[in-house]
Amino acid sequence: MEADRKLISDLTPEIEKTSIKWYVTFFILFAIFSVGVYGLYQQISKGHIVTGMRDNVVWGFYIVNFIFFMGLSYSGALISGVLHLFHTGWRKPIIRMAELITIISLIIGPFFIFFCIGRLDRLHFLFLYPRIQSPITWDVIAIITDLAGCFLYLYLSFIEDFAILRDYPDLKVAPWKKKLYKTLSLGFTGTEQQHKILSNARMVMAAMVIAIAIIVYSVLAWIFGVTLQPGWHSTIFGPYFVIAAVFSGTGLLIILMWIFRKIYHLEEYITQRHFVNVGVLLTVIAAFYGYFTFSDYLTKWYGSIKMDSILIDKLFTDYYSLFIFANYIGILLPCIIIAFPKFRTIPNITIAAIIAVTALWVNRYIIVIPTLETPFLPIQDTRPDWITYSPTWVEWSLTFAGVSVFAMLFMLVSKIAPIISISEMQEKDKNEILK
Amino acid sequence: MKDEAENLSDGSSRRNFLKKVGVGVGAISVAGIAGSSLLKGNEAKAKSGNLVKLLSPEGKLVEVDQDDIQSPKDIQPAKNETVEEHKLEARAGLPNRKFAMVIDLARCKNARKCVEACQEGHLLPKDHEWMRLYLLQDDNTTAKYWFPRPCFHCDKPMCVSVCPVGATFKRADGIVLIDNQRCIGCKFCMTGCPFSARVFNWKDPEVKVPEGHVYDPETNIPATEGTVGKCVFCADKLRLGELPRCVSACPMGVIYFGDILEDTVTNGNETERFSKLMLDRAGYRYREELGTLPSVYYLPPTQRMFPVESGLEDTEKSIKDRYKNVGPR
Repeated sequence: MEADRKLISDLTPEIEKTSIKWYVTFFILFAIFSVGVYGLYQQISKGHIVTGMRDNVVWGFYIVNFIFFMGLSYSGALISGVLHLFHTGWRKPIIRMAELITIISLIIGPFFIFFCIGRLDRLHFLFLYPRIQSPITWDVIAIITDLAGCFLYLYLSFIEDFAILRDYPDLKVAPWKKKLYKTLSLGFTGTEQQHKILSNARMVMAAMVIAIAIIVYSVLAWIFGVTLQPGWHSTIFGPYFVIAAVFSGTGLLIILMWIFRKIYHLEEYITQRHFVNVGVLLTVIAAFYGYFTFSDYLTKWYGSIKMDSILIDKLFTDYYSLFIFANYIGILLPCIIIAFPKFRTIPNITIAAIIAVTALWVNRYIIVIPTLETPFLPIQDTRPDWITYSPTWVEWSLTFAGVSVFAMLFMLVSKIAPIISISEMQEKDKNEILK
Repeated sequence: MKDEAENLSDGSSRRNFLKKVGVGVGAISVAGIAGSSLLKGNEAKAKSGNLVKLLSPEGKLVEVDQDDIQSPKDIQPAKNETVEEHKLEARAGLPNRKFAMVIDLARCKNARKCVEACQEGHLLPKDHEWMRLYLLQDDNTTAKYWFPRPCFHCDKPMCVSVCPVGATFKRADGIVLIDNQRCIGCKFCMTGCPFSARVFNWKDPEVKVPEGHVYDPETNIPATEGTVGKCVFCADKLRLGELPRCVSACPMGVIYFGDILEDTVTNGNETERFSKLMLDRAGYRYREELGTLPSVYYLPPTQRMFPVESGLEDTEKSIKDRYKNVGPR
């Protein structure tokens, strides 16, 4: 396996040396993470009373974060899976990132469920006494399958790279890393037969992860959809959540492309073309997502079902600014920025993506919380925290801890493996890709 | 138990029947509530000769010898079963029963005795109400009314369907219970229940449990941090042939309780045919359209015994404030 020195040092900037910047960033992220750990300790020792959740709003930030992170995991499934299946050439520099987003957010997502559960010590009951009629059991099965599938898919794309790193003569890395590459490359030497097997396996997995991801996110939507609650009980929720997930995953991919391009000076590999292409993809998805959002709220608003009216009233009074931001600005603005060629600069597209991802998080929030604040029987209570939900510092700290872990895991991976696939960027492909 | 069930259905001997269901003197109303497994020995005994008039489940007046009647107190189950055995029994429920509650909205004046008795009986913290009193108004053009809400013990309970670990379950006698030693606290049942019947133990409930008390899903004592609780229809009382605490505590006789299979409900003083009560008073279930098939029925607040405002007269301020903004819903 051969690759030129420049490619390796460009795409694996952190493998041989660790910069001061890396340490500083990691330390800051770790500090944020530690605050979250302290918050969790408070929650476990004092009970869930330290959160903003009460008997009416029993699900808060944690569930919002859970569905949000699970949604981010879509970027890998869609961008990488679909682009792989269609042999899209320009995908090659960015699919590794997309696949990493998938795995990392899939690992973080379920932790928010653990934070939400009252008896973490009984988590194994999910396996000891499972009941298949519960959507949570569907979720457990789906997420485990998704994790296994996506992990395999990611690993398959790594094998060739590990082989390259293993065979590279003067790679200045610790012996354990060399050993690791040797083990993980599974004796790949680049024979024609090996290439064929690997390429077939990746093709199959690309199709699989798309299917599994659709199932996972539909199941997630059905946790809400199957209940009788106003605003949740909707047949559209499965596909709606899937589209929303792809939307956020694509947005995050753009943001990470910008960050990595900046930090690791990958201007040569990730070009404006990638931003425009993924940006256009984001716009198309935004159109679908906006259409689903509109359909869902229009039918609730137009009819006269009492509980729906009460919910819509609440969304347009107490949640007015959040609603406008999530469902108008967050969808239309990215579309406008990317639709006009003269706005399509790298910073503009990145800003559009940041707006899209933030708005999607808010959209999840106004799906979960207002419904729980409008139960069928009116809330007749004098305790303010029982009437309206407001997150406490514990929930905020764990939310930021989730984000910091996301970044830390990315940084750790960049210490071991290339963040852009070296094998895909070999000289023979390079011209085709970058032209 | 199977044999007894057959005996009951062929109705061969009324005297035998009454003996088996264990009707208490002076507690005629409890007819049939005690478990039929609580059978006294069959040995022959001298009769007292005192005949007592009783109302049979078919609505006929019958006379039986006093000695043939067992008070529910005499027929308590043997308490030598293990905790696990009892838990299994608590999951199965009482055989040949289908419990139901009828709440007469015309009589309720927010006296809150049901809430207090429930909290006391189940050692609930003050801010936990399994029985909750709402002041409802359907529209501007319609009247306000007091609305006591226990758990509805639905026949198609969403809470049971969505529970991932089988911590909440539906029994043969219609009661929905929670095993809080199984509950993982995911709160899915709370979002599943359209009637807000469930409460969560957000912190350690800090209740003093009597010494030697063993956890029993039929009382849900003691409440456990991080798990869900709710009205249990006083399944422990029913096992003893007694009425639920809220029923006995209500000074207005608002709450009737009984067995649909026997077509009888009672509020402790008055005993009624369930079907007749439904027919005469146009009984209904709250939000029938959701299709959860509650076991709790309501009688509409027609020809009320009290004006609705009287419910706010002797109430403490913190309770009164709950109803400040009551409007059409």
